[in-house]
Amino acid sequence: MNTLSDFTFVSGLLFAVGIYGLVVKRNALRLLFAIEIMINAANLNFIAFDRFLWANSLQPEAALGQTFVLFSIALAAGEAAVVLAIVVVAYRLHKDVDVSELKTLGG
Amino acid sequence: MADLVFLAMMAVTVGGAIVALEAREIVYGAIGLAGSLFGIAAFFFLLDAPYVAVFQITVYVGAVAVLIIFTVMLVRQERWMKEATYSLGRVVGILTAAAIAASLTLAWSASHLGSVPVQPSQATFVQIGQLISTSFSPALEVLALVLSASILAAITLAKVERGEEDQR
Repeated sequence: MNTLSDFTFVSGLLFAVGIYGLVVKRNALRLLFAIEIMINAANLNFIAFDRFLWANSLQPEAALGQTFVLFSIALAAGEAAVVLAIVVVAYRLHKDVDVSELKTLGG
Repeated sequence: MADLVFLAMMAVTVGGAIVALEAREIVYGAIGLAGSLFGIAAFFFLLDAPYVAVFQITVYVGAVAVLIIFTVMLVRQERWMKEATYSLGRVVGILTAAAIAASLTLAWSASHLGSVPVQPSQATFVQIGQLISTSFSPALEVLALVLSASILAAITLAKVERGEEDQR
């Protein structure tokens, strides 16, 4: 069995890759990819700590991490739907999805 | 210590994430993202959370990744393939990511996370259901509201008005 630090290591790597995408990329779709990657890094941490934390897995709180991740996945799905709709609208208006060009969204 | 299966899953997950951000053709990037999400689901299986893993595959790989691929095909432009490869921003981004990865790894290797004993078993989906239907039932209803609001917003945003269609 792997130790808890192995999973946190993977999660930290994923989070760093997501930060890199957020800093460097200007394409709105790539930014969405980076955000999804970071959300998944956080979810992995939740599940890993949930697995290692509870000595008695029959107590009700032992499923807290998994419950949080279920809510997080559902929220991320809604967020992706809204972001993709915004991307489609921005493309219809500007023929591009470069976030540095989308100044009209700033009001 | 990490075994071969773990290393392979790590390669799929992190490699898929890098492909998602760095592939020149953005459709391949979307497929790389789906691979990365699938690797995360494999980690959930490894951590004895099969319900969450199946949920992850259904929602992320099944719905979100396919939605992203369709949107990418709708808005794709050939000129994205020729975006600048080397720039100052890219170097700064790589340095930032390396600094964050190094600090997180150092902090975790200095802590006692490596010696936390593995617990005999993981909570089952019965307990998840009990939690969701008791303590988290208000959160569940708020989540339902948020989901329906976001679906309404997505439909309203992406809807093409009849007059707008005629102008183009």
